[in-house]
Amino acid sequence: MGKTIIPIGPYHPLQEEPEFFQLVVDGEKIVDVFVNVGYNHRGIEKLSELKTFDQSAFVVERICGICSTSHPLAYVMAVEDILGSDCVVPERALYIRTITAELERVHSHLLWLGLAGHFLGYNTVYMWAWKQREEILDMLEGLSGNRNNYAMMKVGGVRRDFDSSSFPGIIKRLNDIVKFLQTIKKAVLDDPVLHARLKGIGVLTKQDCIDYGALGPTSRASGVDNDVRRDEPYAAYDRINWNVVTQQEGDVFAKAVVRIVEMFESINMLIQCFNRMPSGPIDANVKDVPVGEGIGHIEAPRGECFHYVKSDGTNRPVRHKVRAPTFMNLPTYKEALIGETISDATIILAGIDPCYCCTERVTVLDCCKGNKEIYSQKDLIRLSQEKTEKLRQRGC
Amino acid sequence: MNKDAILNNIKGKFKDTIKDFSEKSPRRVYIEIDPKDIQDVVKYIFLDLGARFNTASGLDTRSHFEILYHFTFDKLGFIVSIRVKLSKDNPKIHSIASIIKGAEWIEREMNELIGIDFAGHPNLKRLLLSDDWPKGVYPLRSDYKEWDKDAIRDRGI
Repeated sequence: MGKTIIPIGPYHPLQEEPEFFQLVVDGEKIVDVFVNVGYNHRGIEKLSELKTFDQSAFVVERICGICSTSHPLAYVMAVEDILGSDCVVPERALYIRTITAELERVHSHLLWLGLAGHFLGYNTVYMWAWKQREEILDMLEGLSGNRNNYAMMKVGGVRRDFDSSSFPGIIKRLNDIVKFLQTIKKAVLDDPVLHARLKGIGVLTKQDCIDYGALGPTSRASGVDNDVRRDEPYAAYDRINWNVVTQQEGDVFAKAVVRIVEMFESINMLIQCFNRMPSGPIDANVKDVPVGEGIGHIEAPRGECFHYVKSDGTNRPVRHKVRAPTFMNLPTYKEALIGETISDATIILAGIDPCYCCTERVTVLDCCKGNKEIYSQKDLIRLSQEKTEKLRQRGC
Repeated sequence: MNKDAILNNIKGKFKDTIKDFSEKSPRRVYIEIDPKDIQDVVKYIFLDLGARFNTASGLDTRSHFEILYHFTFDKLGFIVSIRVKLSKDNPKIHSIASIIKGAEWIEREMNELIGIDFAGHPNLKRLLLSDDWPKGVYPLRSDYKEWDKDAIRDRGI
């Protein structure tokens, strides 16, 4: 039987990390996959060399709209690593950093949950999850002034203080979100259709994760027990109680479970932070950055975000290397997709939670016949939803 | 194995190739080695000691090109960065993609942005730059001028 190549792309230029996939299929089965990136490369590393240390924090904030506090946090920690023991970030600033990062994690995971639900034909989940995400964005707006691009991180501390009088109201709203999450968790873990649809799909083994250096929920769902928040505690993560969530199976179901349970952990952390937040200064007032090099890495919603900064003693970095988690997670598609079917491709691609933008349009090109058929993203999602519906009717 | 044991093992095993060893802070270690031994060192750190490969970062300084390979020991919470210095005339080093699959992309990136040649790389194509980017122009080199007409404007944008 002749092989068929399915290119997935081109992209929506407004999204952050556009990606291009070519699926080589034999009938329904995917036999090979080629991934290509860089269609929207903005040269932020180069741009950062032209900005001062203070301005670069705003530049890296624009790398991603969803993780818009992860990159600045990793960056300022890299600069603080250059400063070494000269820079002691005040306690209150550490708590503010933790709260911003964890609120971001909850909203990012809720966004993923909604999209995954939509791809599978569970549109109620989509609506519900995004409704709750809106609540989190409102909290972020109330605390930082912005729904996105919060501009909170600064070398030596944070830029703005939180209003402590708003904390009781936020804790109450967080408790409401926990109730919603419990409903979702029950709905996902007990639904036989989802079990049939997601278990054993897109399996990434532990060894694959190690070979590719996969990160975050993608690797934790395959039994790799690492989390920068615990392994190299930053901000206030060593001052509160929480657990690293891992699963052993490595399939899409395990990834969903990791993300859902992580949201409970995050909300638990947030409530502890709000209750324990000390008062005091929020900024160490750093003046100059000496000669040297520093590394900052943090756990973003999608995995470890890694920044390397080199300073030559002027007010600008001479080199600023940014490594986003998806850069390491994307090549794992080669292992996860091969052997699966086209109708599962959407959910496997969504499974690692790339800044999602890949399936804008799909062309099915049959090499032997030379005919051309264009699938839109809608068609791909329809294929995926139809499969769920079939399983549902079969009564699993 | 604790942190000191790991560092002593690395020091003992590669004492001939290590040019510089500095513990900048309790969680950051920088080791400079001879570029020709990169594969042996990476094999030892990644396969035998079980460190996680973070990424690599290339840098153009006045006198040489420099690559830092960053490895994290997650259980112990510290980062070992292996530094190699390559000459400006012939920036070439062995690829480590055959040892670590996750290094394939970052080597492609350094190849197109800084112009370092990775010998033995399975697929040294462009990763980020577009196909019509002129050959031999490396945007992260210090002599790159973005106002250089030949470099960018000729592309008809």
